[in-house]
Amino acid sequence: MVAEKKKEKERLFHLVKRNDIEPWKKWIIRIASVIIAALLAGGIFAVVAKDSAAFGGFFKEMWKGSFGTQRLAYVFTSDWAILMCISLAVTPAFKMRFWNIGAEGQTLAGALGAAIILYYLGGKIVEPVVILFMFAAALFMGMLWAVIPAIFKAIWGTNETLFTLMMNYVAIQLTNFFVNLWTRGTQTTMGNLGNGTIHGILGIPYIQNAVIVAIVTIIIFIYLRYFKHGYELEVVGESQNTAKYIGINVKKVIIRTMLLSGVICGLAGFLLVGGSPTPTINAELVAGRGFTAILVSWLSKFGPLAMIFVTAFVVFLQTGAKQGSNTYHIGASSAYSDIIVGLFFLIIIASEFFLNYRIKFRKKEGK
Amino acid sequence: MDKSIALQLKNINKTFGEVVANKNVNIELYRGEILSLLGENGSGKTTLMNMISGIYFPDSGEILVDGKPVVIRSPKDAFALKIGMIHQHFKLVDVFTAADNIILGEKINLPSFKEQKKQIKEEEKDKNKQNLKLFALPFKRFSSRLKFNYLNRNRGKKIEEIAKKYGFEVDLKKKIYDMSVSEKQTVEIIKVLYRGADILILDEPTAVLTPQEIDKLFAVLRRMRDDGKSIIIITHKLNEVMAISDRVAVLRKGEHIATVKTSETNASELTNMMVGHKTELNIERSEPENPVDRLVVKELTVTNRDGIKVVNNVSFTARSGEILGIAGIAGSGQRELLEAIAGLQKTSGGDIIYYDPNKEGEEVDLMQKTPVEIRDLGVRLSFVPEDRLGMGLVGNMDLIDNMMLRSYQKGHSLFVDRKNPKELAEHIVKDLEVVTPGVKTPVRKLSGGNVQKVLVGREIAAAPTVLMAAYPVRGLDINSSYTIYHLLNQQKEKGVAVIYVGEDLDVLIELCDRILVLCAGKISGIVDGRGAKKEEIGLLMTANESGEESEGGPEKIAAAPEKTKAEKIKEMFDVATKKFIVKAAVKKKKKEVKK
Amino acid sequence: MLVFIKSAIRFATIFLFGSTGETITEKSGHLNLGTPGIMCLGALGGCIGASLYMESLGINAEIINQTEQVAAAAANINGFAAILLCILFAMIFAGAGGLIYGFLTITLRCNQNVTGLAITTFGAGITNFFINYVDRSGFNYLAAKFTAPISGSDDWFSTIFLSHGALVYTAIVLALVVAFVFKKTRVGLNLTAIGENPATADAAGINVTGYKYTSCVLGGAIAGLGGLFYIMDYLYGSWEYAMEDLGWLAVALVIFSVWKPNWGILGSILFGAFYIMPSYVDVSFAAKELIKMVPYVATILILIFTSILNRRESQPPAALGLSYFREER
Repeated sequence: MVAEKKKEKERLFHLVKRNDIEPWKKWIIRIASVIIAALLAGGIFAVVAKDSAAFGGFFKEMWKGSFGTQRLAYVFTSDWAILMCISLAVTPAFKMRFWNIGAEGQTLAGALGAAIILYYLGGKIVEPVVILFMFAAALFMGMLWAVIPAIFKAIWGTNETLFTLMMNYVAIQLTNFFVNLWTRGTQTTMGNLGNGTIHGILGIPYIQNAVIVAIVTIIIFIYLRYFKHGYELEVVGESQNTAKYIGINVKKVIIRTMLLSGVICGLAGFLLVGGSPTPTINAELVAGRGFTAILVSWLSKFGPLAMIFVTAFVVFLQTGAKQGSNTYHIGASSAYSDIIVGLFFLIIIASEFFLNYRIKFRKKEGK
Repeated sequence: MDKSIALQLKNINKTFGEVVANKNVNIELYRGEILSLLGENGSGKTTLMNMISGIYFPDSGEILVDGKPVVIRSPKDAFALKIGMIHQHFKLVDVFTAADNIILGEKINLPSFKEQKKQIKEEEKDKNKQNLKLFALPFKRFSSRLKFNYLNRNRGKKIEEIAKKYGFEVDLKKKIYDMSVSEKQTVEIIKVLYRGADILILDEPTAVLTPQEIDKLFAVLRRMRDDGKSIIIITHKLNEVMAISDRVAVLRKGEHIATVKTSETNASELTNMMVGHKTELNIERSEPENPVDRLVVKELTVTNRDGIKVVNNVSFTARSGEILGIAGIAGSGQRELLEAIAGLQKTSGGDIIYYDPNKEGEEVDLMQKTPVEIRDLGVRLSFVPEDRLGMGLVGNMDLIDNMMLRSYQKGHSLFVDRKNPKELAEHIVKDLEVVTPGVKTPVRKLSGGNVQKVLVGREIAAAPTVLMAAYPVRGLDINSSYTIYHLLNQQKEKGVAVIYVGEDLDVLIELCDRILVLCAGKISGIVDGRGAKKEEIGLLMTANESGEESEGGPEKIAAAPEKTKAEKIKEMFDVATKKFIVKAAVKKKKKEVKK
Repeated sequence: MLVFIKSAIRFATIFLFGSTGETITEKSGHLNLGTPGIMCLGALGGCIGASLYMESLGINAEIINQTEQVAAAAANINGFAAILLCILFAMIFAGAGGLIYGFLTITLRCNQNVTGLAITTFGAGITNFFINYVDRSGFNYLAAKFTAPISGSDDWFSTIFLSHGALVYTAIVLALVVAFVFKKTRVGLNLTAIGENPATADAAGINVTGYKYTSCVLGGAIAGLGGLFYIMDYLYGSWEYAMEDLGWLAVALVIFSVWKPNWGILGSILFGAFYIMPSYVDVSFAAKELIKMVPYVATILILIFTSILNRRESQPPAALGLSYFREER
């Protein structure tokens, strides 16, 4: 064997799947990745702003942009609520390993449902009834958008990732259709639809979304942890074989779970329309939050409680980066917030690797 | 047999964790011969062959090819040494044609540019043509680099040549997913030959074939042998061993027992070598107390996706207070049989009747029922499946949640109840001595024995009236195994009808009251556990189709086997010392359990 | 009608580049949802390349108002060199996007969906942000080179087949070449095997990681050309923030063409036709939006039909979306 040694191509290291990792190591890796991302974000900012002081100033601006004034803080809460709501919506499906990337469309479909009711019934009957109908229509539309792919997945195994992705654009075009119908093609955004808002509670503006979403958070938390349904969908996600072994009807669970996902997306859509002081609808209403929510849900490891903080962090990055780029006049502020958010996501996703695998360096064999 | 040695294994050792898979194995393979590798399940045949084909690397020992020591670290290395293995699970791409699968991954070795240039200059005298060819050369090289198989007509020709030479019948343009198992196997063999293999290893090639297909395969193998190829064939079936091989190497529990010439041996001698001597295990066995028919299976047939009857006309009765063992070579239909009873497998004929002891023996028909329906009928059927973490338990969930798998559906509450499962989990951890940091540890972090204790513990906790366990001690250490036997016996004493699928014949004989032997989906015999001989069961397991076929008579006792008892006193002496130690440990353990 | 077909083919080119690239990536078992972002990156890279070239001719924002001077300098534009430079830059930028995706999903084995979405956010952000820093003066002169037709005559044949810019033909040729490589060559065979069953491919001695990286980077680079085309040809060198949506259509087209780039040519023209049809038909504005919905609905129908028919050839690669880890048997 000695003679053949040189023939072997020894790899310098190989990967081993980790079974276990101490919690403190987990947190060190995660925090380190956030710090690296923050340093990079600040660095890019300083370079672009051509001002080395901007490196520190950037973070100050981010804070100011999110919580600087009372109004900003209210807007922050409202944004948090919407993103949180959609993240909660996709979570049960992901836990079931159903790759629903159609939250964008499901939410928009919900918003459209609410807008349709508001347009045709608003002002004709009393407001509470209108709101009730809006609510029902939003949930129904969101549900419809989620259940269609689920049924095909359950019965024929149609690829749900691609199906839900396409459903997004059907919803967008449908929204464009109605907006054009109502404005006779003069505008891409409806004007204020008025008369059908639940805006403000106890005189505090923007807060109603957060209140409703907080309730939903608790419900989802309980649903996933203490409901039989939550338990079943987890078993289906972990192993369909086991699910069949204990007699779970896998198809039923898939459809039921997506139904729930869709309903919550529909709720988010309702909040987007009815929760705004000036209810309106356009195809950009969801603004990519359906996709961001997927990342949020995944980074929170599908835990509703962790999601509260991850969502807050992401919204903070988005609004903060916008504010920062405005202050330093580097233009295209929403694009800059995309960069920052994308950067953080990529680095945190990459850090997952170190949580799941261990790199083992080949020790020199002392023969 | 004065042929040269093609492959030699010297003192090969391999362990997985604490399990010894191969111990000091020495085997030679000559050019132009067929060597059968015979052994029970788990005797280390496949592991040994995987080391030759580069999937595993031996812990120690030497492999020599043509007398030279070699290092085989990957399948690529094995290819380079002209060793090809045909695995039980075919490595084929379903959407490809046969031809595409055969050429997949083939490397083309081009001579260097200079050499080709020189060659052209030598071959082509005409100056103009020579220049033209020289000009075209870089393009030609590029296209062969891209590996255009479209233009390479020789490919199909070469495969066809191989097929013709050895008499394969295969349609090269047919897609794999349209093929029968035997066709797929043919493609695998051609693929290996196409890669230029001289040493072929076939891992249980006949397990999936019909008798006619087996005959065809054997004819091909003989032609390959006559062509100078060396073939190792892994099999359990003695009649096939006798029919095809020149020599037989027998493995038992990882050790090489002997290599004999086929012409100088017979089936019963091989069986004796294979199953070895009855080892005393000292498993307690009580007499069944007033057994009542609990589960009657009548002429049950299960057909798989390929249209093969994996369970064929099987009839038997499981009685309360009795352990019914099921013996058979792996893949003889044990899994499908149990799954059919549990409602997890579609059946294509027959009857499954359950007599409910709580309703004074009321008949319940279990055919074509889902697990939920079976449970709703009040049938307390517990099933310990073979695939523990893939089916019986969820690896990423903790003990409590895994306990809930069986119980959570009870009641009409929307909420799950974690209190009782937690108590149950703690109870099992304490009673069965499960080694775990706590009941909130994910099950996948536990060792194999502890995982099994959790699973069996859960299934028993449901207070079953029928308990089915598939290979419950596979991969377990001795102490854990005894815990499981003890649990099964306890259930039996409680009046449960226990069905135990096992692979270790010693255990089956000592544990079970009756043993049903399956062979290729059919019952080849039901024997009494107390009087059974290992050799007898071994023969039934490997019985060929035409041999001892039971005509549907459920309780027909198989014909007594040949009476040759090749006593090997020396060997007994060897194992006796080992056993002594084990026994002592076990007895101590059992006393503790009783307390 | 002729103009309509011509425009449809022209618009189709964006999807065709995108879907050809994405098909290459998906064949290796990687569903790259980052394609919209990568196409954006391609557009950015193309603009940077173009801007460098224009700068070398002395055309920049400072002199852009001196029309005569600019026109004189623009006369020196070498169409071939300029287009090549733009293509190179577009491919490098988009390829880098593919490389990041590849590194995360192949080496680090991260979740493909999540990584892809993050790449889309990141790539679109980078592009929309930095495009403002690129000096796009005089791009209209350059765009003229991109759109320069083979034949200017206006008979039906020339209008449909010969009136396009160089990139249109590049896209079609590329799609045909890729289809040919998939179908008829060893490289295509190996790649398909990896997407179907990486363990088998590995056992057959194919360098799985190498192929996967190549397909991710090359697929990204080709998709990036779609972005370049959109800016320099379709928009005549201006810029619009609509790139992402077109990218998603390219992903849809991969499914629509059942992973066959040669079908993708027809599919892309169909998609293009529906996308631009609203400008050519005389219906209400609302109805136009419904016409634009057709490609998505058609893709969904294709997806449903292929799964119901369950014909093996038209299924997604079997290992699509799964990471391959050899030690995991």
